[in-house]
Amino acid sequence: MLRRLRPSLAPEAGDQRTPAWVRAADASFPRPVPNVLEFNAPVHENWNIVHTGMLMPECHQIYVCADNCLRGVVLTAAEMGASERLSSVVIEEADLLRDNLESVTIEGVSDVLRKLTYHPRAVMVFLVCLHHFVGTDVRYVYAELERRFPRVRFLRCWMDPIMQKTGITPEQRQRRAMAELLDPVPQDENLVGVLSDDLRLPDDSDLARLVRSSGRRLMQLHDCARLDDYLSLGASSLLVTRTAVAAWGLAKVARRLERPYLYLPPALDYEAIDASLGRLAQALGVPTPNTREQRRACDAALDALARRLAGVPVAIDALAVNHPLELARLLLEHGLDVRRVYLDVVSDEERGALAWLRSQAPDLELWSTVHPTLRQRPRTDGDGWLAVGPKAAWFVGTSHVVNVIETDGHWGYEAILHLVGLMERAWAASVDVRSLVPRKGLGLPCACQMPW
Amino acid sequence: MRQSQRILPVYAGDVSGACSALFELGGMVVIHDPSGCNSTYNTHDELRWYDQDSLVFVSGLRHADALMGNDERLVADVVEAVGQTRPRFVVLAGSPVPFQVGTDFAALARLVEARTGVVCRHVPTNGMHDYVRGAGLAFALLARAFVTAAREGTRAARPPRARVNVLGMTPLDFAAPTSRESLVGWLEGEGFALTSLWSLGCTLDDVMRASQADVNLVVSACGLDAARELERRLGQPYVVGLPVRGFGPALARALDRARDERRSRNAYLELRLVQSRDKDLLKGGIEAPRTPASAALALVGEPVAMGSMAAALGGRDVTARLVSPVEDARRLVDPRLGDVCVRGEEGVARALREAAIVVGDPFFSHVCARDQRLCRLPHLALSGRQWLREIPDLMSVDPMALVGDAMRKGA
Repeated sequence: MLRRLRPSLAPEAGDQRTPAWVRAADASFPRPVPNVLEFNAPVHENWNIVHTGMLMPECHQIYVCADNCLRGVVLTAAEMGASERLSSVVIEEADLLRDNLESVTIEGVSDVLRKLTYHPRAVMVFLVCLHHFVGTDVRYVYAELERRFPRVRFLRCWMDPIMQKTGITPEQRQRRAMAELLDPVPQDENLVGVLSDDLRLPDDSDLARLVRSSGRRLMQLHDCARLDDYLSLGASSLLVTRTAVAAWGLAKVARRLERPYLYLPPALDYEAIDASLGRLAQALGVPTPNTREQRRACDAALDALARRLAGVPVAIDALAVNHPLELARLLLEHGLDVRRVYLDVVSDEERGALAWLRSQAPDLELWSTVHPTLRQRPRTDGDGWLAVGPKAAWFVGTSHVVNVIETDGHWGYEAILHLVGLMERAWAASVDVRSLVPRKGLGLPCACQMPW
Repeated sequence: MRQSQRILPVYAGDVSGACSALFELGGMVVIHDPSGCNSTYNTHDELRWYDQDSLVFVSGLRHADALMGNDERLVADVVEAVGQTRPRFVVLAGSPVPFQVGTDFAALARLVEARTGVVCRHVPTNGMHDYVRGAGLAFALLARAFVTAAREGTRAARPPRARVNVLGMTPLDFAAPTSRESLVGWLEGEGFALTSLWSLGCTLDDVMRASQADVNLVVSACGLDAARELERRLGQPYVVGLPVRGFGPALARALDRARDERRSRNAYLELRLVQSRDKDLLKGGIEAPRTPASAALALVGEPVAMGSMAAALGGRDVTARLVSPVEDARRLVDPRLGDVCVRGEEGVARALREAAIVVGDPFFSHVCARDQRLCRLPHLALSGRQWLREIPDLMSVDPMALVGDAMRKGA
């Protein structure tokens, strides 16, 4: 068992108020810290639905919502330099009295499409929380839009954060809508389609190599310059995603297309990686790859990293890697001093990692990223820390940061080696966190200017 | 269609306006919303978010709680957070869904206050209006709930220097870091004494002392409601205007006259009307002011800043008209001068159609014709952080220099 010798700063027993963090030993599943009022840290590098939508070529986005909600998405596009690809329809109080928002939605979207200076072939229409509450007849809305604009493919999207914690999330619906565009074109046995992911899968990842070794061709959403390229993904003999919020929609689309699909999570656990590689190999009809050498290479790199970072406390956040608890476990097992993980919810895929941490690293601190007391808590732990992720860097107050999101798009053993390299470089160099982390959509253009 | 926007963003929302107005006062603002309002506010509308710790939170409203009217969760969460963070007051702000389901914020505020002993109020935002409405509501709340009437004698002893509250100053309209310093420097240079400045570099104690002032200076549309409330409650007169270069002396005179006559006035509209009449008289003309609906120069944006610039330009014989795309601005423009209030992208485009030169945020270039010249004046409340470092200190802007190049090119 990995037990820390320094005194525990855990919340005092008997204090009934919700704490900002808990020891791993005391962490409940799936929310280590229950939801209370939420604070929003000034770290915005994650992608939102606007960023994801921009991956779809020849597609325009239209948001039908109230002022306050609208502003964030319009300015997201503006900062990307993509204002021309996003429009909006403003819902006003009177619209809530007139009908069930059908009129303003249909007429507003139609008016935008008539005003556009180009002709998008696909349009993502985003409805919002209010449409749920007034009982908008969504089928009627889209039937009427499709009647008016028969050459446009409408994608049924939502920006309804009220469903974020208890229902199908906006991200899930958007990814499903993007996948629904695929038609059942004749199958290409040699094509494997990777879709619904934010970041492009590197060509040297374990997944890409296995697909190539099977003699097949891998095509990703990110490789599609035109809508026709994207639609050609419908010919894939196998559909793959690495994104948890994409799996629900892809399963439905794969069933309609009568194609197999795989959700291969970007795990950072050797057994889980091997299990995914085995599933992919089976789907491709090739032998499961032997990963002994890759494991050995990862062990060697992690051991070397532990020597280099001896005595350096490490904090990890859930923005940086899809499986932060697995990364914590991996680093702890190799002797690194992981002290904190910033996350608000533990995914089902990380249940095993949480169980291991509970028993083997009970003093590991699991911190909320939204607890109200975090607003006033000093963020001055300083440069003695290494942060894996921008939120961890902000909360800890260090300039040594692995500034990535979503495992930087990497997968498998290659992802582990990639992260080790990033951690080494982050410890060797400092960055100006203040000028980096408030930017939106890491990896995409962001023309915003930071305060003086 | 008025509500469709092909490319322009909307102005910062009412929730952002309210949060911005209350940001520095040591209170807690709770936005009752699932999540979007808070994130938009602190990403695009709040420059101080990274460096200053202000207690602005979102309730994380859930579908089931909204449907079932489970407000107890909100109350319990606020009460717990108050115990943990010790704010001086609490303000509840609404968003679209609570508006739609009819959440009784006044009752919730009373519950929170009863359980915590901390003053709790609400601002009736609903996410469907712009920042002028939201900040206006928040400033008016301060004027109503926190400004205590001056004791007898405090007001009676008339000091040689007029004491002034500045109302309506938030980074949404004054993003440049020297803005406060410039305004305070101007006031002091003109012989006025600052009592409070709502609300940049301001504490709740400053706000509570505001009744000691002789006159209020409204520097943006956001401050007008508070000024009217203070006039109603305490009899304090107010003056509307911003001391941009070329307009400062007239504004100082208006403040003095307002104090002496105890009558509120809009300094830039008064001056522009006089300028307009003078021109017409010189042309052997008429009593009523001319309506320059086709004035070649249009100033589009927040009406107090733009109106003050128009008055400064009028002093140099340049006629300009105001196009106000923000809400609650009808009292701040004058149709007799060709000014208009508009809503939405179509409204702005129509209002700018006749202008040869437009002064406004760079976003407006999207609705300007090719032969129109746009003098860039970025505005945080519209374009967010897109051109943040180009936003000037409005008090140091010379309106003539701003439009000079464009006018020379057009000549």
